[in-house]
Amino acid sequence: MNPQRFVALPSQTVGPFFHFGITTDPDLGDLATPSAQGEHIELRVRLLDGDGAPIPDGIVELWQADSTGKYAHPNDTRDREPDPAFRGFGRLATGDDGACTFSTVRPGRVPGEHGAWQSSHINVCVFARGLLGHLCTRIYFDDDPTLAEDPVLSLVPAGRRATLLAHRDEGYGCWSIDLHLQGESETVFFDL
Amino acid sequence: MKIYPRPEPGDQPTLFHPAYQSTIRRAPALAPVRIPHTLSELTGPVFGDHALGETDNDLTRHHSGDPLGERIVVAGRVLDEDGRPIPHTLVEVWQANAAGRYRHSRDNHPAPLDPNFTGAGRALTDENGNYRFPTIKPGAYPWRNHHNAWRPAHIHFSLFGPCFLTRLVTQMYFPDDPLIPHDPILQSIPNESARRRLVSHFDLSLTEPEWALGYRFDIVLRGRDATPFEDQR
Ligand SMILES: [Fe+2]
Repeated sequence: MNPQRFVALPSQTVGPFFHFGITTDPDLGDLATPSAQGEHIELRVRLLDGDGAPIPDGIVELWQADSTGKYAHPNDTRDREPDPAFRGFGRLATGDDGACTFSTVRPGRVPGEHGAWQSSHINVCVFARGLLGHLCTRIYFDDDPTLAEDPVLSLVPAGRRATLLAHRDEGYGCWSIDLHLQGESETVFFDL
Repeated sequence: MKIYPRPEPGDQPTLFHPAYQSTIRRAPALAPVRIPHTLSELTGPVFGDHALGETDNDLTRHHSGDPLGERIVVAGRVLDEDGRPIPHTLVEVWQANAAGRYRHSRDNHPAPLDPNFTGAGRALTDENGNYRFPTIKPGAYPWRNHHNAWRPAHIHFSLFGPCFLTRLVTQMYFPDDPLIPHDPILQSIPNESARRRLVSHFDLSLTEPEWALGYRFDIVLRGRDATPFEDQR
């Protein structure tokens, strides 16, 4: 028997009726104020189900480093200040088209294990009705020349890595990625 | 240094759980890819109390009048897996009113809305990990998952904890609710001991005489201190 008395609680679905509770603040779509350093981008994230249908009752949360690769968090002990004009956290509900659009900056590279550098990426949590626990994934950028060296991407089967890459979408005029919760092009989710 | 062991099998819901129909086309079919805990996972959003209003944690005081229903206090501590308090962390809640109706445009359950109840609250834990929400006991409500499906009374909880790995969205239930054995959402958690952790306890010490009943709900988030051996890995 496990003598440990304190065990992390189980997740439960966010359900369909969360909007008035936790996605009331549209400012959480703006991670960067205009004076934030770095390359400002718009990032459209769309959630799709196993039939390829948009998920209109989901939540996308982002967590990322600033443009220099610094996280605004005490565990990032490297000796420099995070950009005060940048927040790092975003949270939006998806619309009828299954999508939500954040304005942010491209994050800088952050260290990984054993001194390796990770490619620029945004950490993502997905919540929705029908998801009994949230899903974790990452968004990378498809024009990044360092992707082949990224230590986390290298753990992903080569044929599935493209599911983690945002691309410039000419139609929307911004960066874009579809997260397929299920189906032929199911996005890679992580066991953290 | 804290470590974040992965949950034991059966202590978290099975994502593909056909008894809960919405999982059928939304739960991933492929196994998640295990990756190490880097700075990206060991950091996470930090919230200060500047964003919170004085009555944000009191769901009975968000309108000019008193809401209808059974007034209760839901309180507890946020702890890590060593049982140590997690101070100054954001706790958000939302719930249906006493009649089982959400203040939400897509909730068309024909039960009355209460003009004096919204049903959303938030709080930061104090230095000992304590939180407290005066509210109204939510009603059970029907849903269309299967014939004659009813959700047990519950309050939705959202917590961030100290880093990306401690994020938790869950639901709190009430003791002795006869709907619990029939609820595919709670029953998606294989281990009975784990399901029990989501059921609050009636606590006489939390009640307020002539005012409100009290329910205790302690929330354990992932993470514990590394033993020296584990630290070396
Ligand atoms: Fe609910």
